Amino acid sequence: MNETLTDKLGVLFPDNRCRQVLDSIVMDVAPDTLVRTMERLKTYPDLGFTMLLDITAVDYLTYPEETSTRFKVVYVLRNWSRNWLLQVVVEVADPERGLPSVSTIWGAADWAEREVYDQYGIVFTGHPDLRRILNHWQFKGHPLRKDYDIRQGQICFETDSLEREIRARLATKGVDESTMRDINTEMMFLNLGPSHPATHGAIRIFTALDGETIMANVNEIGYLHRGFEKTAEHRTYNQVIPLTDRLNYCSALLNNIAYVKAVESWLGLEITERAMFMRVVLSEFFRIQDHLVCLAANLVDMGGLTNYWYLYNEKEASYDLISRLTGARLTSSFTRIGGMYRDFYEGWEADMEHQLAAIEKGVDDSLSLVLQNRIVHDRTQGTCLLPAETALSYGFTGPNLRASGVAFDLRKDNPYYHYDAFDFNVPVGSTGDIYDRIMVRFEEIFESIKIIRQAMKMIPDGDIFVFDHRYVLPPKEQVYNRIEGLANHFKLIFEGVKVSAGEWYDSFEAANGELGFYFVSDGSGRPYKLKVRPPCFYAMAGFHTMVEGEMIADAVINLGSINIIGGELDR
Amino acid sequence: MALGIEASLGDSIVTTKLDAIVNWGRQYSLWPMVFGTACCAIEFMSAAASQHDISRFGAEVVRFSPRQADLMLVCGTISYKQAPILKRIYEQMPEPKWVVAMGACASSGGIYDNYCTVQGIDTVIPVDVYISGCPPRPEAVLDALIKIQEQIRTESVLVDRHKDFKGILD
Ligand code: SF4
Repeated sequence: MNETLTDKLGVLFPDNRCRQVLDSIVMDVAPDTLVRTMERLKTYPDLGFTMLLDITAVDYLTYPEETSTRFKVVYVLRNWSRNWLLQVVVEVADPERGLPSVSTIWGAADWAEREVYDQYGIVFTGHPDLRRILNHWQFKGHPLRKDYDIRQGQICFETDSLEREIRARLATKGVDESTMRDINTEMMFLNLGPSHPATHGAIRIFTALDGETIMANVNEIGYLHRGFEKTAEHRTYNQVIPLTDRLNYCSALLNNIAYVKAVESWLGLEITERAMFMRVVLSEFFRIQDHLVCLAANLVDMGGLTNYWYLYNEKEASYDLISRLTGARLTSSFTRIGGMYRDFYEGWEADMEHQLAAIEKGVDDSLSLVLQNRIVHDRTQGTCLLPAETALSYGFTGPNLRASGVAFDLRKDNPYYHYDAFDFNVPVGSTGDIYDRIMVRFEEIFESIKIIRQAMKMIPDGDIFVFDHRYVLPPKEQVYNRIEGLANHFKLIFEGVKVSAGEWYDSFEAANGELGFYFVSDGSGRPYKLKVRPPCFYAMAGFHTMVEGEMIADAVINLGSINIIGGELDR
Repeated sequence: MALGIEASLGDSIVTTKLDAIVNWGRQYSLWPMVFGTACCAIEFMSAAASQHDISRFGAEVVRFSPRQADLMLVCGTISYKQAPILKRIYEQMPEPKWVVAMGACASSGGIYDNYCTVQGIDTVIPVDVYISGCPPRPEAVLDALIKIQEQIRTESVLVDRHKDFKGILD
């Protein structure tokens, strides 16, 4: 499949070097041809890279090998229907002069470039609004540069007013002071958040209102920026796992799995069949948990408090199983490179089946309140529309994208862990309104239950670890009785799993969409760089397109319907 | 924190009786303002849901308006970007008020010892009770609530609390 892509790229861009890394093609592009190349990549029907998944940069300052420039910027693109993944790599000679912006081509580039600017100080010329996004506006320096000390905190004394930004946004809609004077009214600015019940976390939604209608909206994030990426550079590969719990904390285990899968793909490590099935069962179980919380909270926003009890109680009951298995309720840290932390406990099947039945009941109860409910229909149908094209351009993935009618699901389109062997459907919406987003999540709960039941029938016995002691700790009797075992254990603990040098991207269908990890390894036991492609970030980046022109109360339930989780959004 | 008239009464029998009554009232009708930012807030949701049911302790009237609350629960990591907001919301709460730092992050920065995370919210606002854990279990939230209640029992309406606190933002 990728041969055809390489051929096509070879014909269209003969000057650019291409190589294959895992399942993506990496293409080097010169800065001066960047915009033209990107335009073609998106618009040529033969190529059709409609999605810009992520942009990140690498700082090679302390990299053991010499590189021609200190900074490189990497764009990750996807043609979802053909399962093509492309990385465009551009060298940055001078970060101050930077690169031309591609924000006119994909909506997703707007926030992605801001993040690169904030973290690495690389300028994107022609960007409409290049300012910090994760760090506060009083911050000096760029934390992901290798010469920025990880512990150098900077105090923020005041919150950014955002007034300039919202006025600029209003101006793009043709509304300015004179219009206001003409119609003899005043625009009202309303701030939701960053501490507001509707934001479910720390996000700031700033709106300009005409009556109750939102004329313009700008959002500020970064209130939960916890330095995941910088911290990961100081941890061994296995030590990063607990950090991944705290990305999307409503489905911690999914992140654990996604992360180790990304490392294992690069190592070429084939995990055991049992571990694979365990991961499938647990991914789907946690997908359900995530959807339960999202729906419960979303329906509460709408005034349907009873749903909260129906749905959240099942999540609460699931903790019995989860804590028996992992020892923790929320932050599971249950995977290891090369397998799982522990096997299932005895009798887990009965517990799981019991829990699945309970979830089905809870969801059915909730659906009986929602499905025929005129109020829910009137509030959600036809509001905050997200057309498929906009969704793709902003890099929406997962249930939010599927609600807009795009049947993209990595479990189907780029299957891993035998997902192609399971019988399940990918629910899609028709219009991309709030109703569709709610219903897609409800349906996905039932599909996940289906997958778990099949996997429970198929799961083989056997080991949950590969016995390759370059990656996996040796058994304890070897550690205690034999010097090789002891040395092996110490090396793995102190130095970490040695990962050969290279750069790669790997992705996973998490509850919120495509959760990707971009790694740069220098061959040591710690990632040289680790960037997360968080699905929420891009959903939030496109939030304003959904709510402008709608009522303020709809913005609140819309935020709930796209399921923004702060830990993942801001990292 | 003095209610008004009692300030003129001094340390007499009247005020100790008044203390007892006022404290009894305050103890069992704490109105929490949940400053939920991260993972710990999910565990707070569990504490509020039916299984753990925070209303057994009289603290189920969760207010998101600081002006109507007297117990601030800081559930989650506070970044430097968030800190001024935390402080502002704390200041908007009327006296008397109590603060619980839920979880490792709120208490000390937790696993995030880095450039963006406040190393404990007690550098920004005064804290009465800390809960350990990452995240703490819902029972621990209830435990903290009981601790606050015990603390309230020993307080006097005549004494102002935390008047001379100075944080990094002051
Ligand atoms: S203490 Fe742990 S669970 Fe709580 S907010 Fe911090 S990282 Fe999340």
